[in-house]
Amino acid sequence: MNIIVCIKQVPDTNDIKIDPAAKRLVREGVKTMINPFDMYAIEEALRLKEKLGGKVIAMTMGPAQAESALREAISLGCDEAILLSDLAFAGSDALATSYALSQAIRKIGQFDMIFAGKQSLDGDTAQVGPGIAAILDIPQIINVRKIQEIKEGQIIAERMTEYGYEVLQAPLPCLMTVVKDINMPRLPSLKGKMKAKSTQVTVWKAADIGAEEARIGSKGSGTDVWKIVIPPARPQGKIFEGEGAVDQLVDTLKGLIK
Amino acid sequence: MSEILEYKGVWVLVEQRRGVIQPVTYELLGKARELADSLGVEVSCLLMGFKVKDKAQELIHRQADKVYVVDDSRIEYLLEEPYTRIAADLINKYRPEILLCPATTLSRSLAARLAANLNVGLTSDCTGLDINPEDRCLLQTKPAFGGTVMTTIISKNHRPQMATVRQKAMKEAVADPQYQGEVEVLELDASFFASRAKVLEVVDEAATSINISDANVIVSGGRGMVKAENFKMLEELAKMLNGAVGASRAAVDEQWIPYSHQVGQTGKTVCPKLYIACGISGQIQHLVGMQTSDIIIAINKDPSAPIFKIANYGIVGDLFEIVPQLTKRLGDKS
Repeated sequence: MNIIVCIKQVPDTNDIKIDPAAKRLVREGVKTMINPFDMYAIEEALRLKEKLGGKVIAMTMGPAQAESALREAISLGCDEAILLSDLAFAGSDALATSYALSQAIRKIGQFDMIFAGKQSLDGDTAQVGPGIAAILDIPQIINVRKIQEIKEGQIIAERMTEYGYEVLQAPLPCLMTVVKDINMPRLPSLKGKMKAKSTQVTVWKAADIGAEEARIGSKGSGTDVWKIVIPPARPQGKIFEGEGAVDQLVDTLKGLIK
Repeated sequence: MSEILEYKGVWVLVEQRRGVIQPVTYELLGKARELADSLGVEVSCLLMGFKVKDKAQELIHRQADKVYVVDDSRIEYLLEEPYTRIAADLINKYRPEILLCPATTLSRSLAARLAANLNVGLTSDCTGLDINPEDRCLLQTKPAFGGTVMTTIISKNHRPQMATVRQKAMKEAVADPQYQGEVEVLELDASFFASRAKVLEVVDEAATSINISDANVIVSGGRGMVKAENFKMLEELAKMLNGAVGASRAAVDEQWIPYSHQVGQTGKTVCPKLYIACGISGQIQHLVGMQTSDIIIAINKDPSAPIFKIANYGIVGDLFEIVPQLTKRLGDKS
């Protein structure tokens, strides 16, 4: 099995800063992590490799510093790492990102499965996974909470919905996005950490993946940020204390649900 | 660029489940009507599914001017490939300037595949939509980082302008049985319905009978619940309030309640009218999933818990005493 995992480096939730003038997130000097849902994608890819053989390639698009996310992926057990990094990619939205990652996957060539997290913490779009599946013209199974079976070139997986789940079957190659329920991610081993230090991360620029200039970066994006507003903080709440506190809460609730 | 002006009309992608039109569709229609009126164009619906033909009139009653119906057993369940193929074909043919889709799990997946297929932009999970009178552009506002910031997105050079719209964020279109519209049932050839992915089985989970994305009231429990059995008291309070039960990651990781109930960074983002947090300390990873709720009530024994900072009302005390009292007293006729 050749498995590709698309991951994203995101700011640590505890360390979010906004630059209202530049209308964007401050990414410099901010603590980062692998997008939480992507950790489950990496874990599932590793488990399948351990069961079925093959290799796992971790891939991301981002600035040079995104390399550290790939090294973390290597420390967990991924075999190879590819970083798409080029000023020409700057300002890419989900559409341009899907295209660039798809071009890189075409360059990799042979693959059986692509994994990604359900959505990213910062963009929150849940679009890049399905976008890649559309551009590569392969089936997609989103919100996978369990892979039941892989045999004879077919995968059977459960996709989680608001109402429960649906069991889907699709031929490989197939793209899957995963939710937290699918597994419990491992911690890096000492050996993995050593390997992460010595592994060469492959860096591809726009020209390396034959990306059309009009389809990457701001130019290739379907959306533009028009404005960013930091909403006012929630008003100071009322704390009920002492005797009669429950009465006050009951009265308040009765008023609210009327 | 001039081509952009050839795109006219506001379209709504209909969400149906087992042939029943889901309420989120009417919310989209409410907003679509408003946008279309300010643009001076019509509202059209795209209804795909099996045994759904008869439901088209319900959409007209919610003020749709036109309903395109594709009714076929091969698209009984939402499968991204045929749904994308059909929608893309109709969009290329009729050229709407705006396409609104529900921000439900499956419609988001479809919208994302469709947008990439059409090579257009898509803004996900919008809570606000307006027209910029200067250039007719759709201003698409969405919370980012769980409402830490509100971002407004535009799609200047691509049509249709696509947005998925969060449930409960828009007011439903008013039902008007006198409203006149046109239904067109389309017959498409077999190639449209091909799908490599197939649905083998659909499993509804009883515990999610009121799912947290749809609920107006959510009663949520965290680490302070101590054990699985204690969630029963939250269920009772939720039932009294006609709401759903949510949970923090800590409670889900302890396996006190299934993952489908998890609110927060690695669970669901919710914005009910009322969110009651019981024994939840309020770490940022939980707050980003619920801090845009209209009213937040916190019950916690620790007065310094961060949840109190964002709560409209709070009570410091033992939830095992307070919650049953709330349930009982709300049930009292008075």
